[in-house]
Amino acid sequence: MSEASTRHTRVEGSGVVQVTGELIATRRAGAYHHLTFVAPGLAELARPGQFVALAVGGDTSANLLRRCFSIHKVSPSGTYGGTVDVVISAVGAGTEWLSTLRAHDEVDIVGPLGRPFPLPSEPVACVLVGGGYGSAPLFWLAGALRERGCHVEMVLGAATESKLFGVVEARRFADGVTVTTDDGSAGNKGWVSDVLPMVIRRTGAAVVYGCGPMGMLRSITDIATAEGAVAQVAVEESMACGVGVCMTCVMPVAGKDGTTRMVRSCVEGPVFRGDRVRWDAFSDGLCRVPADAVGAPRVGGH
Amino acid sequence: MPVDMSVPLGAATLPSPMMTASGCAANGRELARFFDIRELGAFVTKSVMADPRSGRGTPRMAETPSGMLNSIGLQGPGISAFVDQDLAWLKQAGARTLVSIAGNTSGEFADVAATLRASDAFDAVVGVEVNISCPNVANRGLVFACDPMASAKVVALVREQLPRDVPIFAKLTPDVTDIVSVAQACVKAGADGLTMINTLLGMVIDTDRLRPQVAGVTGGLSGPAVRPVAVRAIWQTRAAMLEGRLPTVPIIGVGGVRTGRDALELVAAGASAVQVGTATFNDPSAPVRVGRELAGLLEDKGFERFTDAVGVAHGRVARA
Ligand SMILES: Cc1cc2nc3c(=O)[nH]c(=O)nc-3n(C[C@H](O)[C@H](O)[C@H](O)COP(=O)(O)OP(=O)(O)OC[C@H]3O[C@@H](n4cnc5c(N)ncnc54)[C@H](O)[C@@H]3O)c2cc1C
Ligand code: FES
Repeated sequence: MSEASTRHTRVEGSGVVQVTGELIATRRAGAYHHLTFVAPGLAELARPGQFVALAVGGDTSANLLRRCFSIHKVSPSGTYGGTVDVVISAVGAGTEWLSTLRAHDEVDIVGPLGRPFPLPSEPVACVLVGGGYGSAPLFWLAGALRERGCHVEMVLGAATESKLFGVVEARRFADGVTVTTDDGSAGNKGWVSDVLPMVIRRTGAAVVYGCGPMGMLRSITDIATAEGAVAQVAVEESMACGVGVCMTCVMPVAGKDGTTRMVRSCVEGPVFRGDRVRWDAFSDGLCRVPADAVGAPRVGGH
Repeated sequence: MPVDMSVPLGAATLPSPMMTASGCAANGRELARFFDIRELGAFVTKSVMADPRSGRGTPRMAETPSGMLNSIGLQGPGISAFVDQDLAWLKQAGARTLVSIAGNTSGEFADVAATLRASDAFDAVVGVEVNISCPNVANRGLVFACDPMASAKVVALVREQLPRDVPIFAKLTPDVTDIVSVAQACVKAGADGLTMINTLLGMVIDTDRLRPQVAGVTGGLSGPAVRPVAVRAIWQTRAAMLEGRLPTVPIIGVGGVRTGRDALELVAAGASAVQVGTATFNDPSAPVRVGRELAGLLEDKGFERFTDAVGVAHGRVARA
């Protein structure tokens, strides 16, 4: 079943591969680093909204935990074989290490992971909202939606111009683009939530897709719901493994039955229907277990 | 010549000494996407309690130098759902399973063992690991494994619930003054073997917010950083067995194993089987990769059988 070589695992039908990915291109994109890896077998399996988990620091690294990144795009075949692209914001030890890699350096890659964005069965209008590097997976999604005949508009927001990602690409992938920055350095001054209601109304969008910080995803959900659209949001919870075995990435989400469970965002997410996420449990960088969640601690219990 | 990696454990002989570690591998399906879980000597499941548990809020983890701190709070489906869904799946997958059980009280451990015993998939079980490193509600939350008497009581109650040919392993914490005395109490109460070590209690402060980083305040420290503690605990316990201070029973070594070389350290100190825990987060195929590396190392060193390497370092202490 699994191949013998140490760092290349593929179990037929599992939908995921573990490969040593050679970096073939790295470039700056504003405040971010855009990396392209050769990752044989990954591209064919991947769908928009899924992510990859990268090991950082090499085989003897003291940083053991995987770092997860949305898949920006994949190409199943090219000069180098299949490739996968990610967009990285260097914020800590692992992302700093990734951003200093050079061509031909190797990184252990596991992917594709998680559930992709669900696509509508009808050619409805959709709005795709990206905060900062959160726009990374949306261009690919926009392409898939337009292939189905959907009208696609994008809203890209960030604190400042250098933290926007893919404004030029957006104009190619979407039928309309709105840009916001907190400081007004590009597009409209303000937040994506300031312009989103108008874009939904103008396009008559039935689905709003979002990727970015939790606070933004929550307001996207509120706005979409108020406008009668469905929100599909890709969350970014702290993850240690990315493959479902560590239980660190959980968050409270209501199921179809209305019952809230602490679910692993790496396997049941990262994409959730916004109105199923228990946003009320998040505050101040913490997430509580809602009292009505399955197995919640009882008073005086654990 | 390839090394004979088989190892007897209770009534069964496992084809390999390699195991997953409880809480680092979920219950099988996830890692089966990366390797054939039948390649393992045994698959060790996440500690299961009587009822479903949500576990704690988040953040639940912090990365630390060569390791991590975790505070999950024993999230799990409860024993009934576990046997119906997870154990049944492991059985059809052909996995030899070491089921880890936990409880808030010694009675809960016994109830969990009884439900396990009564389940249709019980024949997939090659042993039960008793996770006594959880707080004893009846004793102000003192961890069972910190108290030889409380540990012995849990082991004795679980032993009563299970057939003799299903071995039980008490999983010990290194956070005690004298781990050998806890090991003695557990073996005397009927443990057929010992698993050591569980995580060490630790804490990380988030220096941006100047508050504890994990929502549970303290957490369990694991990863290569704690390996020397595991080697020491295994060494001390094995030495006590060699001195006749407790009966010789198999030790399952766990703690910071990332490579075959790391596994060999635990084996040479006295471990008859090796679990790979936190390293699985770094490399999902680590449990079988480490096994292959270990077999290669033993072959290079001229061992014919894995069992010949168990505790080998005890005869080789350098005397100045
Ligand atoms: C599904 C998903 C998609 C993501 N997509 C992107 C992306 O496209 N581009 C990008 O720049 N970042 C993305 N992130 C965030 C990225 O994973 C973190 O910024 C990164 O892990 C931080 O690693 P570090 O070593 O620099 O920081 P450290 O703080 O040193 O990381 C320590 C540990 O915490 C975890 N961690 C810390 N912050 C986060 C976080 N925000 N999310 C998840 N784990 C975290 C790390 O995995 C690591 O285990 C994504 C996260 C998830 C979960
Ligand atoms: S990140 Fe490990 S279970 Fe989700």
